[in-house]
Amino acid sequence: MPRIGVFVCQCGNNIAATVDTKKVAGEMSKLPGVVYTCDYKFMCSSPGQEMLRNAIKDNKLDSIIVSACSPHMHEKTFRKAAEAAGLNPYKCEITNIREQCSWVHHDSTKKAGTIKSIDLTRMTIERLKKNKPLKKIKIPVKKRGLVIGGGIAGIQAALDMADGGIEVVLVEKEPSIGGNMARLSETFPTMDCSQCILTPKMVEAELHENITLYTYSEIVKVEGYIGNFRVQIRKKARYVNEDLCTGCGECIEKCPFKTESAFEMGLAKRKVIYTPFPQSVPNIPVRDAPNCPKIQKDKCGACALVCGPKCIDFKQVDKIVTEEFGAIVVATGYQLMPNERFGEYGYGRIKDVINGMQFERLASSSGPTGGEIRRPSDGRVPQSVVFIQCVGSRDEKKGVSYCSKVCCMYTAKHTMLYSHKVHGGQSYVFYMDIRSGGKRYEEFVRRAIERDGAMYLRGRVSRVYEKDGKVVVQGADTLSGSQVEIEADMVVLATAIVSRDGADSLAQKLGIGCDKYKFYNEYHPKLRPVETVTAGIFLAGTCMGPMDIPDSVAQGSAAASKALALFSASEMTREPITALVNKTTCNACWDCVIACPYSAIEKDGVKNRQGTVVRRLAKVNDGVCQGCGVCVAACRSKSIDLAGYTDEQVFAAINAF
Amino acid sequence: MKIPYYPGCTLNTFAKGFDSSARQSAQTLGFELSELKQWNCCGAAFPLTPDNVMGLTAPAKVLANASKDGAEVMTLCSVCYNVLKRTNKVIRDHRERRRVINGFIEEDYDGSLSVIHYLEVLRDKIGFDKVTAAVKRPLKGVKTACYYGCMLLRPFEDMGIDKAEAPVIFEDLMKSLGAEPVEFPNKIECCGAHLAMNNEDVVTRLSGNVMKSAVGMGADIIVTSCPLCQYNLEKSQARVEAETPGYKGVPIVYFTQLLGYALGQDVEGLGFGESKWDARELLKGKVTA
Repeated sequence: MPRIGVFVCQCGNNIAATVDTKKVAGEMSKLPGVVYTCDYKFMCSSPGQEMLRNAIKDNKLDSIIVSACSPHMHEKTFRKAAEAAGLNPYKCEITNIREQCSWVHHDSTKKAGTIKSIDLTRMTIERLKKNKPLKKIKIPVKKRGLVIGGGIAGIQAALDMADGGIEVVLVEKEPSIGGNMARLSETFPTMDCSQCILTPKMVEAELHENITLYTYSEIVKVEGYIGNFRVQIRKKARYVNEDLCTGCGECIEKCPFKTESAFEMGLAKRKVIYTPFPQSVPNIPVRDAPNCPKIQKDKCGACALVCGPKCIDFKQVDKIVTEEFGAIVVATGYQLMPNERFGEYGYGRIKDVINGMQFERLASSSGPTGGEIRRPSDGRVPQSVVFIQCVGSRDEKKGVSYCSKVCCMYTAKHTMLYSHKVHGGQSYVFYMDIRSGGKRYEEFVRRAIERDGAMYLRGRVSRVYEKDGKVVVQGADTLSGSQVEIEADMVVLATAIVSRDGADSLAQKLGIGCDKYKFYNEYHPKLRPVETVTAGIFLAGTCMGPMDIPDSVAQGSAAASKALALFSASEMTREPITALVNKTTCNACWDCVIACPYSAIEKDGVKNRQGTVVRRLAKVNDGVCQGCGVCVAACRSKSIDLAGYTDEQVFAAINAF
Repeated sequence: MKIPYYPGCTLNTFAKGFDSSARQSAQTLGFELSELKQWNCCGAAFPLTPDNVMGLTAPAKVLANASKDGAEVMTLCSVCYNVLKRTNKVIRDHRERRRVINGFIEEDYDGSLSVIHYLEVLRDKIGFDKVTAAVKRPLKGVKTACYYGCMLLRPFEDMGIDKAEAPVIFEDLMKSLGAEPVEFPNKIECCGAHLAMNNEDVVTRLSGNVMKSAVGMGADIIVTSCPLCQYNLEKSQARVEAETPGYKGVPIVYFTQLLGYALGQDVEGLGFGESKWDARELLKGKVTA
């Protein structure tokens, strides 16, 4: 006969107001196997827990029930207390008589609530009688980290992990790490030069003994689970031998062909063999094969002639490497929404309508104009510039419903840069609201308006058109209630930040979720902001939504610290609530393999002494199984059960109702 | 190719030239406008309140009748096009409103018709390259301002004929006729529309803005697909001319009239109408063929 203890919690008045807890305890004591019952004001308090521990010892209880709040709240607490008193923690069960009972009943006579609590507790008792002691699962952890995306968030995550003594592979799609931040001129609100603060970190990542850079590389496939990921990475052909290249740049110098530079956002040309920007890390050129006549038509080859260390390799092909990692940090960043969809602003038709990132390049001292603000059409210095905010942001109809968060700040910065570089120039800003929450942010915007003379107009722009070499902007000033028309020399659009192309396919490979804008979902928006629902995969930076550099860096560090916590032990423990296959009855129909949403079930075989497979059967990988129970429902021969939630337990509970 | 055709009231009265030039051009291009056996006024305005189902009964009746003549119906007038296309969408997408409307008009119409515009026929069924091939009098040197107005394009998720903020279908047609379309900022602005009935000042100001902006960009002629735009612009032009120093009026015509002219049809059959700003003189002066 089992020796069961039942502890009924009053939860102050949360439960006691509509449930007669004393009566519940009394009724339970009449059931066979129940040797101890009590009720108490707060079971989760430390005297409550102590009472529970003592009752287990004094009455030699072998299993206990706490009828209290949802198991989400305190199952862990009570199982821990039971364990401390010498019980297997899985011999402790919770009956939810708060969220699912007392809170939904308003009957002050306590009749309905009490009856229901008695029923629920009795069901749990019968279920508990069938509980088997379970053991926590231990999983070995491979102490290597993978960071996907080499922008500022990814670099920070890689550096922090590497400083913690963990070997890190940093994978970047572009030929250089640095990401979008490498494009920026100055950064708000301190106005320090973006490259000046970024490039030391890029170099540090390159030189760090624990970091391996895979630039110009992409993720092909991700298998495995927390602590044990196997990742295939495609290293795209650079047509340059990375081991031999010294980064002298002779090949770039001599290359006679030019094409549009993606890094410069179409504002400048680059050679066909190139590094995206002078401070590229690694400083190894890459060949733009579709535009290279040597690759396409076997003509030219000037780069190979001038290369001293003979590292030009026209025959190079993509290489796929497979590596193992314990944790993955995803930091794939953002891109700008295509502006062409906003016909009213004329982007793409009118040369002097540019986006914010293009303005960054114009203002950057390493940009196509050497830091002078010159408009793209004729190279003249614009005497007036109109900045249009919320292009696509907060525009559910034509753009996205969310606020891109950084545009108010960078537009204020742009007006400052412009007024510093073009004395006497006038800037106008059409805005919806000025959102400048952040340390020293509001002061920064005030400075743009008060000291640098930016003219802020609250209203939207209806139309932008060209007239006599000017860009005419028609809009509304809703504060004065008038229509305004500004003949400007240049227009800058603060375009919405959107997720990267291909963000959804990477999410699929990783098995993580994303929202309708293809930004990755955090596990919990407030309390678990850098974790995903897939254990062992963490997030950092703008792949989760618009954010500024300080936030991205903070998240990079946060994701790294989560990974480091995982790496702190050589194995990790997991809840033993996983699927169990009955090896004698499984007939290998593989319905469970198809049904499992986590790919946790493998096709296994039973071998005889000669080593030949005599039978096939399903095998559950405890490291991946989340205990959802889908396979249990799918199994036609009833050969799968869920530990802690076996059919036997569930039916026992139902029968007790 | 026979295309079921809904002319609408205005094309039988004020805008006869729009109708005749469209029919003739169609013939030259190898298709026929086959007028619906039975039709009534489209209602001339799409009701702005969703529960105003009564306002949808007139266009619904047109659509229900048209569905008996074929799988599609074509219009020329921008307003008719707007009202019919949007009503059709309501009937197709809203089961409850469909039930009420059908109850009123005693029909059983499900919104399966496709409502198209003459411009779409030219672009999607004939092809502008075929139009070019049929041109006998290329409109070389004629600087046309393509005035879209509101109804042809908006609301863009309902109309979908072209990009709402930067449309090109008119310009593409004009290019295919050999004309030089000029870009002007007010090409999709409102002419004042029905305010013509009670507030002429507003109409003069708005139509004036359209014309001044077009002429300011060097246009010789303004083309439209909307009888109401044509009326408002032409009516306002005398006052605009008198009140704006340096402004000289230009002809305001339907795109089908230029199409017919370019296709070599008899000028008198195109219904240019008597106006102070006569397109015929301009075309005679510019086009030599």
